[in-house]
Amino acid sequence: MKKISNAKALRRVQDDLKQNYDPNKKLVTICAGTGCRGYGCIKVKEELEAEIAKQKMDVEVRATGCFGFCEKGPLVVVHPEKIFYQQVKIKDVPDIISKTVATGEVLEKLLYRDPQNNETVMREEDVPFYKKQHRLVFGSNGMIDPTRIEDYLIIGGYSALAKALTEMTPEGVISEVKKAGLRGRGGGGFLAGTKWESCRRAPGEPKYVIGNGDEGDPGAYMDRSLMEGNPHSVIEGMIIGAYAIGASEGYIYVRNEYPLAVLHLTMAIASAKEAGLLGKNILGTDFSFDIHINKGGGAFVCGESSALFASIEGRAGEPRAKYIHAVEKGLWDKPTCLNNVETWANVPIIINQGAQSYASVGTEGSKGTKIFSLVGKINNTGLIEVPMGMTLREIIYDMGGGIPKGRKFKAVQTGGPSGGCIPESLLDLPVDFDKLYEVGSMMGSGGMIVMDDRSCMVDVAKYFLGFLQEESCGKCIPCREGVRRMHEILEDICAGKGKEGDVELLEHISTGVADGSLCALGGSAPNPVLSTIKYFREEYEAHIKNHRCPAGVCKALITYSINPDKCTGCGLCIKVCPTQATSGEKKKPHAINNDLCTRCGACIESCKFDAITVE
Amino acid sequence: MSKVSDTKLKTKQIVKKHRGDKSALIAVLQDIQEAFNYLPKDALTVTGKALGIPISRVYEVATFYNAFSLKPRGEHIVKICMGTACHVRGASAIQDKMERTLCIKPGETTADKKFSLETVNCVGACALGPVVVIDTEYHGQVTMAKVDKIIGKLKEGAQQS
Amino acid sequence: MVNLIIDGKNVTAKKDTMVLEAARSAGVDIPTLCAHEAVSRAGSCRLCVVEIKKGNRTRIVTSCLYPVEEGLIVNTKTERVLNVRRLVLELLLARCPRSEVLQNLAKELGVDPQPRFLPDTDKGKCILCRSCVRVCEEVVGVSAIGMSARGSHKTVGTPFKETSSVCIGCGACVYVCPTGHIVMQSTGDKRKIWKRTFKMQTCEKCGKYFAPVDQLKFISKKTGVPYNELAVCTECR
Repeated sequence: MKKISNAKALRRVQDDLKQNYDPNKKLVTICAGTGCRGYGCIKVKEELEAEIAKQKMDVEVRATGCFGFCEKGPLVVVHPEKIFYQQVKIKDVPDIISKTVATGEVLEKLLYRDPQNNETVMREEDVPFYKKQHRLVFGSNGMIDPTRIEDYLIIGGYSALAKALTEMTPEGVISEVKKAGLRGRGGGGFLAGTKWESCRRAPGEPKYVIGNGDEGDPGAYMDRSLMEGNPHSVIEGMIIGAYAIGASEGYIYVRNEYPLAVLHLTMAIASAKEAGLLGKNILGTDFSFDIHINKGGGAFVCGESSALFASIEGRAGEPRAKYIHAVEKGLWDKPTCLNNVETWANVPIIINQGAQSYASVGTEGSKGTKIFSLVGKINNTGLIEVPMGMTLREIIYDMGGGIPKGRKFKAVQTGGPSGGCIPESLLDLPVDFDKLYEVGSMMGSGGMIVMDDRSCMVDVAKYFLGFLQEESCGKCIPCREGVRRMHEILEDICAGKGKEGDVELLEHISTGVADGSLCALGGSAPNPVLSTIKYFREEYEAHIKNHRCPAGVCKALITYSINPDKCTGCGLCIKVCPTQATSGEKKKPHAINNDLCTRCGACIESCKFDAITVE
Repeated sequence: MSKVSDTKLKTKQIVKKHRGDKSALIAVLQDIQEAFNYLPKDALTVTGKALGIPISRVYEVATFYNAFSLKPRGEHIVKICMGTACHVRGASAIQDKMERTLCIKPGETTADKKFSLETVNCVGACALGPVVVIDTEYHGQVTMAKVDKIIGKLKEGAQQS
Repeated sequence: MVNLIIDGKNVTAKKDTMVLEAARSAGVDIPTLCAHEAVSRAGSCRLCVVEIKKGNRTRIVTSCLYPVEEGLIVNTKTERVLNVRRLVLELLLARCPRSEVLQNLAKELGVDPQPRFLPDTDKGKCILCRSCVRVCEEVVGVSAIGMSARGSHKTVGTPFKETSSVCIGCGACVYVCPTGHIVMQSTGDKRKIWKRTFKMQTCEKCGKYFAPVDQLKFISKKTGVPYNELAVCTECR
């Protein structure tokens, strides 16, 4: 891509690209995010290309960013009709090309079938998963090849940058972002415009702008898909932010566990530089700004801003006490504005649409949309983007398709290890920053883990504390020692060694840990424990008083037994049992010796007759 | 040239690539790990000298971050995702199965140096949970039966090579 | 000069003074463990927490790192504050059950061990305050010791747990350690610390063994003062 010399030239490039693009030409898009790659989508793409070549057709196969409907990958869409195919296999490819692409014939078996009414849906936008979504930030993912800057330009990419640099002052940009009410999408929910303003006003040079792509919350992968699927949207937002704040250098900090995101961002930065949209004298103005990429070293705590700075500075990721804000003294003690990558991706939209239009979506206190990752015990695992204020019920049932295997909803965990569990009684809660705080949870980065009646809430609390104990930097005593001790108590409870008074003790320690910890990792560590105690106290009491795990999860408190009415004596469970606890004669009901059984679950997995019961 | 001086030379090249920038310590260590599959002690000493950072600091950073291993790792790195979504879908049972199959615990390497086992906190492929990443390949919806199949295949391949 | 209120008392302090110092100068006692006058502040033990009020917003902060502000209201003994201090000491008593310093401090503040915390046996008396690491880095300048790992696996010591070739045996780390965790054995002409034995230098004047040869060599190299001029103990100077 040649260097674009000014805003007018940008418009010309965009117009040229649009003119040369025929929206009626056949195009096949295939989702190539990490999730779909796990399904083997690259081989499907290669097969599509091979088949097209074989049939001597002139059709582009475009590997795009993540579509979001991860449960049903590989996902293929045939344009211009927008025929949406899901769970595409290599053997489906010849028909897709010779029938759908060549003649427009729809292959029923590849269409999404709504389990509610057993009807198939042809178009992407009609699929229930997508219908209620408002894909402001994520929508372009399905149409662009993230490794091609032209694909971003053709949909109007970098117009917001041109507008900001040539038609607005830095203060004007800040004012617009303030009016839009954009709140941080990483977890803090702080008003972005206010942060930018403080940073602009802070004395010191150079100023830094950082895109936080650390996304440590397990079960949350929105940022990954955004960085992989539309890296330019993040870059454009950061350049605009840098202009508003007066920063000359920026960093995008990406988790070590996201190699594809690192690759796509690196390519995007290189092509933006080549096009004169990044670097010296952007679009011919006197504003210069450069972005570097830093890979994380594998530490959840580095999602915390001061730990992230330490990591960029080449040190261990230990946070420091935040009595002086990062906007005044951040990276290398210079004024630094750190925002989550999703927050940055919202910025070009605000500049293009205008604050008023942007703020017309969402609730009073939470404007715009939010991308959530809907995972766990849910039929439609994937990434959804909805206006703030949509209810949990709509998200979990209308879009998520409810709980698999006919099981019952029990709770949804939001906000990652800093958040809490929300029970069925609160399913009509509108999702926004403030409402989630009110019920003892938080939005966090947007992970929503759905749990059913076979999920043990005490085990969930233990899991989160175990996670935090591993990820704690170890600097301060309340977190390093307090979280460890809380975890030990939970381990005892799950092992049947819980003592009377343990719940009260956990609540008591929680106050000290929350108040005394140096950073938010420790500060919010008690949340999963407190919220599960609040809404599922009876489950704790069953573990402690009755030595029972009602959900059938905690190994020490359950027993496996074989139902003689269902057992056919096939012997599979005997084969897979690692401790030879199962025994029995062929064709006769088998039995499990509970003294040898370790409740590893191998027999349950192998049994084709559902003959093993858990108590 | 001896193995040690190979290590030292390669390390110096890596530091040079990062222009001797002290703040690039983590990136340097990532490149060293990429080159040697772990962080050899000699590489760390050379890094400290070349960047002008005390060895105690290099050691602190090398042991702080999960990405780094100070022990030689196996030919195949088996990473089990322990993210919340995978946990809820039974990742612990898969971890137990993997430990039984490879006879090692997370952080360890098999005696024949073919496999190293690690746990990782969410790789962002939650729809495929439980997920096991082996080298660069993502294996989704892993069951205990699948563990046997995947490891079996790799052991076979290892024998052939 | 800045005016603030600590425990109901009007206190005046110079700008950039920490609340901890301002409180102590006004006769208000605040316990600390990781703060030492020789090194920079870390705010890691959390014992010195206080409750501050600005406008209608209250916060728990470590007084060792919070600078005084005009009109700041500080309370050093609220329930929240005492709760944090109690928890910190309960956790430390469990971590280092053999530390007399911690036992005395706990007694002073009326804190008993929490029976539900199983005492550790492998942490010695180390509370991971990092004072030793800081003094070796900031004052001595050799950074012979450091932290490794993170979370509950965090430990302090020499890299690779091997003897350090840059340690000069000066014992500054022993001096700043609040609990006496670091062991330094001095017998005759030898000093042993961090598993390394140092040869001691005798004083030119009185003949007593007073400092490791390596330490004096280091100082000589750093300052340019000839070795023999340094080989005089502090008493004889």
